[in-house]
Amino acid sequence: MAREDVLVTADWAEANLDTPGVVFVEVDEDTAAYDSGHIKGAVKIDWKDDLQDPVRRDFVNQEQFSQLLSERGIANDDTVVLYGGNNNWFAAYAYWYFKLYGHQDVKLLDGGRKKWELDARDVVTEVPQRPATNYVAGPLDWSLRAKRDEAEAAIGVKNLIDVRSPDEYAGRLLAPAHLPQEQSQRGGHIPTALSVPWSKAANEDGTFKSDAELREIYVDEAGLDESKATIAYCRIGERSSHTWFALRELLGYEDVKNYDGSWTEYGSLVGVPIALGDEPGTK
Amino acid sequence: MSDSCAAPDQDAALPASVDLEKETVLTGTVVNGEGELVQGAYVRLLDGTGEFTAEVVTGEGGQFRFFAAPGKWTLRALSRYGDATGEVEAARGLNETSLAVSR
Repeated sequence: MAREDVLVTADWAEANLDTPGVVFVEVDEDTAAYDSGHIKGAVKIDWKDDLQDPVRRDFVNQEQFSQLLSERGIANDDTVVLYGGNNNWFAAYAYWYFKLYGHQDVKLLDGGRKKWELDARDVVTEVPQRPATNYVAGPLDWSLRAKRDEAEAAIGVKNLIDVRSPDEYAGRLLAPAHLPQEQSQRGGHIPTALSVPWSKAANEDGTFKSDAELREIYVDEAGLDESKATIAYCRIGERSSHTWFALRELLGYEDVKNYDGSWTEYGSLVGVPIALGDEPGTK
Repeated sequence: MSDSCAAPDQDAALPASVDLEKETVLTGTVVNGEGELVQGAYVRLLDGTGEFTAEVVTGEGGQFRFFAAPGKWTLRALSRYGDATGEVEAARGLNETSLAVSR
């Protein structure tokens, strides 16, 4: 897959704002961001209200995803361009959903909302009215999603990539540094997981680094074994979607899964091995 | 807020649950060349090795806030008015820094 098939530039986006069949979607947790101004024609998806099951700890199922996209006026054959805040974390997370449910043509806007804002490109507050569609999601593609037993079974067998910050990896912090450290689960990481913070894949303006730079980071510096399958995880699964995108969609590794249960699940399991400190640890 | 990775409202008052006896809070404002508070600046926290730790966007008051740990940190601001970098030696409690962005 070529990079331009999955990642579009802000210039491309600006030139295709009115192209029929291209739908821009802003994905955020902070929906106030969309309300204060968004790319012309973009619809919004709320990371929590729209993408999470309201009761169980899980994300929306095939029927719920079909209903969501139908309501937003997105058709199965549309080209969906996703962007959002937090260096595209939530957009990458949504991208992973679109792939999980078999959408053919989905792309990320490189740099997301941040690059768009730093470039001082136009935003509007007008909310587009798109007629509802009959979107039909495919069955969940389990080749892209890892569950907890699979994460544990991967210790010393597959590449495990922990994309949280070094302090979270080592167990010195339980949450990212812009949030109160209020969580109660154990700190540390899955033994043998390599520490490659998600941010290494991104430039300061939120765009992805080049394929050559990415390969150097994951393979040469971190020691990712290209002959093995890979599972990426973080705390709740969106930062690792960003890394999943870099590894599978940009670098083209075929067997890459996102473990969306991530540390909030693994670090609360009874009896599983945990490694502390800056080293991966052993099986 | 506790189950998400997104940045909370940066202009909101410090939550009552935050214990400044225990927490290390890095806070401050971003200002431009005219001394005006900059809304919508991207402020990132880098650890002692220069590694990215977190990023927030300033609200109307130009304010940012991080929950970290005592030690050396670097603050880096990006905005449409330009960039700025600041070094902080943080201790427990509130640590305040102002970042003046310029081209």
